[in-house]
This record gives sequence, structure tokens and C-alpha cells, in this order.
Amino acid sequence: MPERISVVEKITKANDQLAELNRIRLDENKVFAMNLMASPGAGKTSLIERSLPLLADRFRLGVIEGDLATNLDADRAAAAGATSVQINTGSCHLDAPMVKQGLNELELSELDIVIVENVGNLICPASWDLGTHKSVLIASVPEGDDKPFKYPSMYRGVDMLVINKIDLLPYVSFDMERFKQGVEALNEGVVTFPLSCVTGEGIDAWVGWVAELALEQNS
Amino acid sequence: MHELPITQSLLDLAIKHAEEAGGGKITDLYLVVGKLASVVDESVQFYWDIISEDTTAEGAKLHFRHTPLKIECLDCGAVFEPEEFSYTCNTCSGFRVRVVGGDEFHLEAIDLEQVEVSGAESGS
Repeated sequence: MPERISVVEKITKANDQLAELNRIRLDENKVFAMNLMASPGAGKTSLIERSLPLLADRFRLGVIEGDLATNLDADRAAAAGATSVQINTGSCHLDAPMVKQGLNELELSELDIVIVENVGNLICPASWDLGTHKSVLIASVPEGDDKPFKYPSMYRGVDMLVINKIDLLPYVSFDMERFKQGVEALNEGVVTFPLSCVTGEGIDAWVGWVAELALEQNS
Repeated sequence: MHELPITQSLLDLAIKHAEEAGGGKITDLYLVVGKLASVVDESVQFYWDIISEDTTAEGAKLHFRHTPLKIECLDCGAVFEPEEFSYTCNTCSGFRVRVVGGDEFHLEAIDLEQVEVSGAESGS
């Protein structure tokens, strides 16, 4: 007769423990790190390209690019002025061991901010803590206002929400109220930055927030 | 698609707990999977059959207990399971709500069978 052993442990526990070690390592080097998540095409790399030049005069920047394949995004980040590392995941999301590997390749003592660009995907990345300090979701207007209802776990787990491509609001049907109601239900009080990487509208507020958190971490 | 790394974590976790309990063959695993965990049973089972091969958990049965997405209305206090594409309270139509269930993603228990070892040592 088999014996029942009580476990009650989070299935992603091993990942979470390694994520905590990543976070400690970042803290020791006074580096502020964030995890950028979004669907493909929402504007993760564009937001990085827009933000880096506005931060580069005050901070030393590193980018960890997670992608299924290619170095395209790492090249774009490097061109925008950051030290960049490409991780080809071969799977749907980054996890803490992959980010550890990325951190190994960066000289953390010479950096102030590390931006981790996750693989474009609205399901898998939500379950995996990377050890960054803040998780940011980039939603974009053309994706539609129903996304908080269709991908609740992603909207639930983030600290910050960027709504990109607001310059397209006049051209697509996107009910901002409905969208925000879904977001608020899942993630009460989450700070939201509506912006456009094309026109630059709203970028300053977003960059200001990043700078504030980085200064806090650097002090 | 994240079911592969999830299944690997599940296997590692089960084997660790089995060893802590004195070893043996793992026959059953009991999982609690909330609606927000976005995990597909069939996919976990598919990977499980492959990666558990040649381990002490080979052939073990996976039992999934699903917990629904539960929302509490901050206006009237009602707790409900939302319909798709709406988180509006179905009692008072309030918008101020918060999630109170559906995040679960645990291995709750495992069943262990002691293996009969004939004439072998019983070291630990």
C-alpha cells in the first residue's frame, strides 16, 4: 500500500530560489533590474531604444535580450548605447538560470541598470521570476482591450504597465475604460504609463520612473 | 509550451521529497493548478511520460485538481467566478473587484511505495 507524503510546495520553487540569488547579486552591485514582457510586436525593443538615450547620460546600462533565435534585438540595444547580451532561449520564456548566465556575461560592478527583454509571449513568462526588481508589461493598443481578460496571469503579476502605440488610438477600436477595468481587477493600483515610441508622447514619465528606481537602488 | 520546464521542476520536486521520506517508488502525484497558472494537463502528462522514464517516478499517475478564478467584489463583498471577458460583479455590477483565487500552482502530495529489495543493503 503506497504511503501518502504531504508536499505542498510551489512547483517553480527551484527557479524562484535561483531568482532570489540573482536579486541578491544585483543588490550587492547596486544594480536596478527590470523584466520587460509583452506579446511579439508590442514594442519591447522599441521602448528600450527610446529609453536608453534618455538614461545614458546618468546611468550605465546593460541589456539582456531573450529571444528564440537571432541577435537582432541585442544589436539594436547595443546601437542605442547599452552593453548587451543575447540569450537564445530556444523556448518560450526566460527563466532564472538563463538570466544568471546573462548576468555572468555582464560586468555588474560597472552597471547601474539592467533591462531584461523577455521572449515575446503573454503566457509563459508570467510564471517565472527572474530575480529582477520590477516586472513591466508592455501592452499595445492594436492588440485590443480584451487582453487583460484573455491573459489574466500576465496582467496580474506585473508591477508596471506600459500602454504603447497610443498614437494609434484614433484608428483602432480600443476601449481604454474597459481595458483599465480589467487591469485594475487583476492588479489593483498598478502604475500605468500610456505612451508612444513613435511620437515620444509619454516617454518622459516612463523614463522618470525608471531613473527614480535606479537612483534609489544605486544610493 | 512552458509545460516542459514545469514538468522538469515537478519531477525534481517529487524526487526530492521522496528521497527525504526515505525513498521508494513514486506512484502518484497530486497537483493543484489554478486557472491563472495557464497550465495544460495533457501537455504536462505528455512531457511527464518522457522525462520520468528511468527515474523512481516512472509511470507515476498525475492527478490534477483545478481551482477556478475567483473574484471578490469590493463594493458588495460577493465572491464569484467571472464569466469570460468580464470581471464585473454579477451581484451588484460593481467594477471594484480583486482576485482572491486561481493563482495556485502546487504539488500537494505524492504517494510512495516501498520497493522490496531482495538481499540488498539498506544504506542511506
